Amino acid sequence: MTRKPMIGQSISRLEGPLKVTGEAKYAGEYNAENLVYGYVVNSSITKGSISAIDTDDAKKMNGVIEIFTHENRPPTAWFDIQYADMDAPPGTVFKPLKDNIIKYNGQPIALVVAETFEMARYAAMKIKVAYIDEEFETDFKAKLHNERNPKKGLASMLKPPPPKPKGDFEEAYRNSYVQSSGTFKHGTEHHNPMEMFASTVIYQGKGKLKIYDKTQGTINSQLYVANVFGLKMKNVQVISPFVGGAFGSGLRPQYQLFMAVMASLALKRNVRVTLDRTQMFTFGHRPPTIQYTRFGADQNGKVNALYHKASAETSQFEDYVEMVVNWSNMLYPAENTLMESKLVPLDVYSPLDMRAPGGSTGIHAIEITMDELAFKLNIDPLELRLINYSNVDKSSDKEYSSKELRECYLQGAEKFGWSKRNPKPRSMKRGNKLIGYGMATGIWDANRLLARVEARMTSDGKVELKSAVTDIGTGTFTVLSQIASDELGMNLENVTFSYADSSMPFAPIQGGSFTTATVGAAVKTACQALNKKIFKKAASLKESFLSFAQFEDIIFRNGFLILKSDPESRISVVDIFKQLSIKEIKTTNTAMPNPLTSGKKAKAAHSAVFVEVEVDEELGVIEVTRAVTSVAAGKIINPKTAESQILGGMVWGISKALHEETITDHQFGKYMNPNLAEYHIPVHADIHDLSVIFVEEQDQFVNDLGIKGVGEIGIVGMPPAIANAVFHATGKRINDLPIHFERLL
Amino acid sequence: MNNFSYTKVSTLADAIHEIDGDIRNKIVAGGTNINDLLRYFITKADKLVDINPVSEYNSIVRLENGGIRLGALHTNADTAYDPIVEERYPLLSKAILAGASAQIRNMATNGGNLMQRTRCYYFYDIHTPCNKRDLGSGCSAINGYNRIHAVVGQSENCIAVFPSDMCVALAALQATVNISGPNGERTLPFADFHRLPGDTPNIDNNLIHGEIITSIDLPEKGFEKNYSYLKLRDRSSYAFALVSVATGLDIQNNVVKEARIALGGVAHKPWRVLEAEDFLIGKEPVRENFAKAADLILKGAQGYEHNSFKIELAKRAVIRNCMMALNPEVQRPGAKPSV
Repeated sequence: MTRKPMIGQSISRLEGPLKVTGEAKYAGEYNAENLVYGYVVNSSITKGSISAIDTDDAKKMNGVIEIFTHENRPPTAWFDIQYADMDAPPGTVFKPLKDNIIKYNGQPIALVVAETFEMARYAAMKIKVAYIDEEFETDFKAKLHNERNPKKGLASMLKPPPPKPKGDFEEAYRNSYVQSSGTFKHGTEHHNPMEMFASTVIYQGKGKLKIYDKTQGTINSQLYVANVFGLKMKNVQVISPFVGGAFGSGLRPQYQLFMAVMASLALKRNVRVTLDRTQMFTFGHRPPTIQYTRFGADQNGKVNALYHKASAETSQFEDYVEMVVNWSNMLYPAENTLMESKLVPLDVYSPLDMRAPGGSTGIHAIEITMDELAFKLNIDPLELRLINYSNVDKSSDKEYSSKELRECYLQGAEKFGWSKRNPKPRSMKRGNKLIGYGMATGIWDANRLLARVEARMTSDGKVELKSAVTDIGTGTFTVLSQIASDELGMNLENVTFSYADSSMPFAPIQGGSFTTATVGAAVKTACQALNKKIFKKAASLKESFLSFAQFEDIIFRNGFLILKSDPESRISVVDIFKQLSIKEIKTTNTAMPNPLTSGKKAKAAHSAVFVEVEVDEELGVIEVTRAVTSVAAGKIINPKTAESQILGGMVWGISKALHEETITDHQFGKYMNPNLAEYHIPVHADIHDLSVIFVEEQDQFVNDLGIKGVGEIGIVGMPPAIANAVFHATGKRINDLPIHFERLL
Repeated sequence: MNNFSYTKVSTLADAIHEIDGDIRNKIVAGGTNINDLLRYFITKADKLVDINPVSEYNSIVRLENGGIRLGALHTNADTAYDPIVEERYPLLSKAILAGASAQIRNMATNGGNLMQRTRCYYFYDIHTPCNKRDLGSGCSAINGYNRIHAVVGQSENCIAVFPSDMCVALAALQATVNISGPNGERTLPFADFHRLPGDTPNIDNNLIHGEIITSIDLPEKGFEKNYSYLKLRDRSSYAFALVSVATGLDIQNNVVKEARIALGGVAHKPWRVLEAEDFLIGKEPVRENFAKAADLILKGAQGYEHNSFKIELAKRAVIRNCMMALNPEVQRPGAKPSV
């Protein structure tokens, strides 16, 4: 009767074989009868208007079907709100082809539809556009004086504004025994998932569409399409079974979806629009941000004053905000705090959530400032974190539902060999290289939203679950299947998970590390409800041993209902179906956080990161030779997929610290390295010894399953740990990212 | 990309005939760069002449003068891993393997390597002025983002750099380029093959249109005892050099008898300063002397807003690479580069 739980087992991704054999179909790979292809034309100026757009030559070309511009596009929704997707910041959503106004470089201005993709792309080059240029502003550093407070909107729900000031920061800082301050800058970064954005729209007649879309939210895309094009929700089906990475870029419907749907409805045909790599740089990005910190501590290392200010870029039409400055007081319990968050609007597209938005930005500044504090106090950086350890989030004065960060520190330090660190900068060497050990803390919210799941058992005793949730390559449907398997007491083989289809029960956009907690809870609820329904049916059978039993007296195991007190008393679900002559038992259920209690505690995942760097000081070459990340993120459903998430985050952390940056030319107001040859992310040779520890953490408060999510926590602590290691190696404090040769010479 | 025709030829004579001295007809060998150039609408070809079936230039042969001949259609990968090259010209092997990625080296040819064009961001963006792409339109890089650009040999018309690693070694080894064309055959010393930008940055090299590189000759001397190639870049593979250095030293009785030092990533062509090499002759191979040579190589260097660091970095790279050349064993496969 004992059964090894699936939760906690390292199951390989169920869709893995499909992906590695090329069987998995992505949004741009679905074929349809008489499919035609769209290619988008983008603005080559940054700000101004189109005075004339001549499509005559292009239209005459063989195989060209139609060219859509602002002059001839079909009418779409009138009101702003109809364009607002689930992740829209306050402001006015960008509307493709709305009019002749150019708001940013690379703005989509036309769609060529042709018999082949190549034909459409070729014809696009024959379109002649005349512009009226206007002066533009893209230089973030030059326009810092324009900073202002962000507008508030729905997005503030998951990204609250900075906490209110506490105590008297200036006074406390002035009187601190030691002070540490810094200015931190990073430039624009782009998500660059491997898979390009693509939508294949199948025209099913009379305002009915089936859409294969690259997205992190099928219902988000469905909502957008229905609202913008005035279609009924039930007539718009959005499907996205495989997503080749998104990292936040799929949290909003991108313009290829608008274009493909517009063309499909106008032409009454099946249409596919795929973006190319250059076009992947013409929508959201991580905004360039400048941060200022001032931390003060007493002589024992107790931090008593925290100041953190961030100014970030946004567009002229939306106030995209990140939660950058809220983290320090969540980690360190100072009584005097002052936090500010500002925006600088520029002539760019709106920034967009990108892996650990805000967190990876803010924690970089916080953890370097803490490292400097430790250095000035002559206290070990790890010791300083322990001195300032708190089980209470002082920014909200709430106790953490669980916080095993101390174990992260201790286990991570042990595995890394932190005790071998000579505290003196420049003191450790290997050959002609300087060695540096650095560490940092990581934190990320453990959020949870509302989701619905359908569970259906058929007469063969198998169960199918359904949710609109996507799996953006993280292993989502594998871990959801594991949860279902345990709840139903069934083997994985008998549980099917159908997902990534907007016609299935509601799931929110997949981001912010809240998906497993959100949908996982709904899976558990639906499976419990299914078990209860089966039990009721079974109890209704004549002469059933269950007639007098309660639901709690029963165990569900491998397709049998078994009486706990007498395991010989059992009935198979197949028998129940047979005796009652029914075909299926079905239930759809909702799970959401309890609004009365869920806000009573602070909820977060934590990490501790330890990094070794080797620095060739004469040449300015830095190598991350070793890194250990220990994570406390509640119950780890699948250690294998969870470890992959953390490793991916660590690699990205190395990239953020040492490699990647989108370069803007302010003469032209455009990005100059929009391809993977010049937008540098690490190659295999840059990645060495990385390891991950999951620390045991019990948390029944955060949700019934004790899940916190592992999407973002892998990256947040990496860049500051690397910068701190570089300081330890060289004695040079480098706050700006990425750390390139020139910063070390 | 525009519409073009495509033809395959199997003899050199056919290739020259098909090209017909017309600048709108282009040769395709490995195709690793021409593909980008066509797609980004920088090269507008009427006809692509695929010379891959021309078999006589697809090998490495020993020459009577003791040198070797690298076929123009031999791939970069096959050249780098050729036993003769590995044994006698390890500097070339190492430089090739520092370039591009394994996939690209498998396709790219030796002749094509000489013909690749700059990776200047502005050159590849048809919506920005660029004298190399559109002579007379101006240079966007001079006042733009110029971190990857030239610090020596540039002109006010162009500060682009030549991206090859292989050619840096070929320059140091004093290779010779063998060329065939409508008017017969000729040879160019490697130093005279590529050009500085001057007033005509649109012209990368001294090949006359209609001519084809058939092979590259290496002289007998390969500096296999004391050599080193050092490449500094933003990631460990698949990134062009910010600075690279090829060094070959002939040291006898602790005295430099001959020195070759060529730099990549800093100029419109592989950069050699004979004065610096001559300076080292007769001197002890020590850091102080290499530092003086480095100063001579970078004499008159001029940086821009984002690339001034390259001048100091290049000097340090020259010194380090000369020191590494004293102990080339550290560069053998599997060895950790360290001095």
